[in-house]
Amino acid sequence: MKGNEAIAHAAIRYGADGYFGYPITPQSEVLETLEEEMPWETTGMVVLQAESEIAAINMVYGGASCGKAVLTSSSSPGVSLKQEGISYIAAGELPALIINVMRGGPGLGTIQPSQADYFQATKGGGHGDYRLITLAPSSVQEMADFVFLGFDLAFKYRTPAIILADGIVGQMMEKVVLPEQRPRRTNEEIARQCPWAVTGKPSFRGRNVVTTLELEPAAMEVINNRLQEKYRLIEENEVRFSTYDIEDADYLLVAFGSIARICQKAVEVARSQGVKLGILRPITLWPFPSAEIERISAHVKGILVVELNAGQMIEDVRMACHDSIPVYHYGRLGGIVPNPQEVLDAFFDRFPEANS
Amino acid sequence: MKEEIVIAGFGGQGVLSMGKILAYAALMNGLEVTWMPAYGPEQRGGTANVTVILSDSPISSPVLDSYDIAVVLNQQSLDKFESHVKPGGVLIYDSYGIHRRPSRTDITVHEVNAMEATFAMGNSKTYNMVVLGALLGIKELVPMEAVVKGLKKTLPERHHHLIPLNEAAIERGMALVKG
Repeated sequence: MKGNEAIAHAAIRYGADGYFGYPITPQSEVLETLEEEMPWETTGMVVLQAESEIAAINMVYGGASCGKAVLTSSSSPGVSLKQEGISYIAAGELPALIINVMRGGPGLGTIQPSQADYFQATKGGGHGDYRLITLAPSSVQEMADFVFLGFDLAFKYRTPAIILADGIVGQMMEKVVLPEQRPRRTNEEIARQCPWAVTGKPSFRGRNVVTTLELEPAAMEVINNRLQEKYRLIEENEVRFSTYDIEDADYLLVAFGSIARICQKAVEVARSQGVKLGILRPITLWPFPSAEIERISAHVKGILVVELNAGQMIEDVRMACHDSIPVYHYGRLGGIVPNPQEVLDAFFDRFPEANS
Repeated sequence: MKEEIVIAGFGGQGVLSMGKILAYAALMNGLEVTWMPAYGPEQRGGTANVTVILSDSPISSPVLDSYDIAVVLNQQSLDKFESHVKPGGVLIYDSYGIHRRPSRTDITVHEVNAMEATFAMGNSKTYNMVVLGALLGIKELVPMEAVVKGLKKTLPERHHHLIPLNEAAIERGMALVKG
């Protein structure tokens, strides 16, 4: 099935309580598949096409405030519209899952694949000091798996998580093994697992209030510090990445999402020509695998960062290795996807000495 | 075993669904598959193409620049993909509407009159299945039983009564290439 379809099936199987969305290419199959599957008749999950992306994210905000497992999906221009709501969800310390199947921008841009929303997802697209747990799937299987992982992390840390996919992995079809169907949580389970949730005030506790407003600076700083402590905890515990052929590598490729697959093929071809190339794929873009990149940078001669943008993740890679070795960029824009040979050509262009 | 295949033609010729049926058939036969439509800038100008990879081991890139097999159904696709067939690879083309034929000698070229055969069968919608039959006749990527399973999986149930017609079209395509 397609990556977008896998997301829809995984959301039902996670036992999600609600999906709120608005159609946009290249992710409309998420909403379409949910409408076809009609989970409201089986698990009781709500599927709603909202009147806009802004309405959808605010429905997520409301559902999450009640401790429900809720998600929304869109593509780049639609995710820009959601940024205010995402900032509020982060400030309210609420679990929620957001999916961005990226297309080329800025503006309405193109419906073709892109990775140009890296900054928006990892550096805070909305206002205020917040972070989003950012998962970058590179296969249809991961599109399904990361729905589960994203929800689990969101509830564990009471913070929104985003799946930062792209048009390739959204539109591509591959084999996928779907996780087992889980039951939706009962209201009693939600009240027990989410004691902060707005579920109706019982006699034994005070009112639960979800708010993001605090006019007293000292109190607001306490809230900010609590958020920052949580983000440090996530940075310590939730870094995920995968590597391929790095042990004896002379040079390293760093790429995320579907582009990492294209780079892996480039590594296979390079290896067949005797060039010792390896690849690191960050799975969490935030928290970023800085420590691992720093470790590898001590024994490689250079790094090529390959992205479908003009150079965004490269900033994190350069910071991770403290510019101790050359770090170059290869990016395609406008929805153009490079093939493995083009990646390899770019590598030899940046590192001609690797060819000798 | 690994086969990297591109199928290209006009939008509406059934290029994407042919790739889908082939991918599902291979999946049913226990292989790893990727199906990557161009859903790319290539689509501008009315041509459609899909990259299908079948492999007995995990597949890295779903995007390729050279192919073991190219199935091309119009002049633009032939012009675009002939040079991207790996040396020793296979190029299958439908001669219908072709005015500039392939010229490479380091690959195996098959000319298939699938469009004419489809007209003769009287149902133009089965064109892509005639082409699939020709492909499978030239290279047995998956057995016929798996293709039927793939058809069942891809066609909505209300169209399942058309499966015998599609099977006949596939067999017609196979007969075209069995000298």
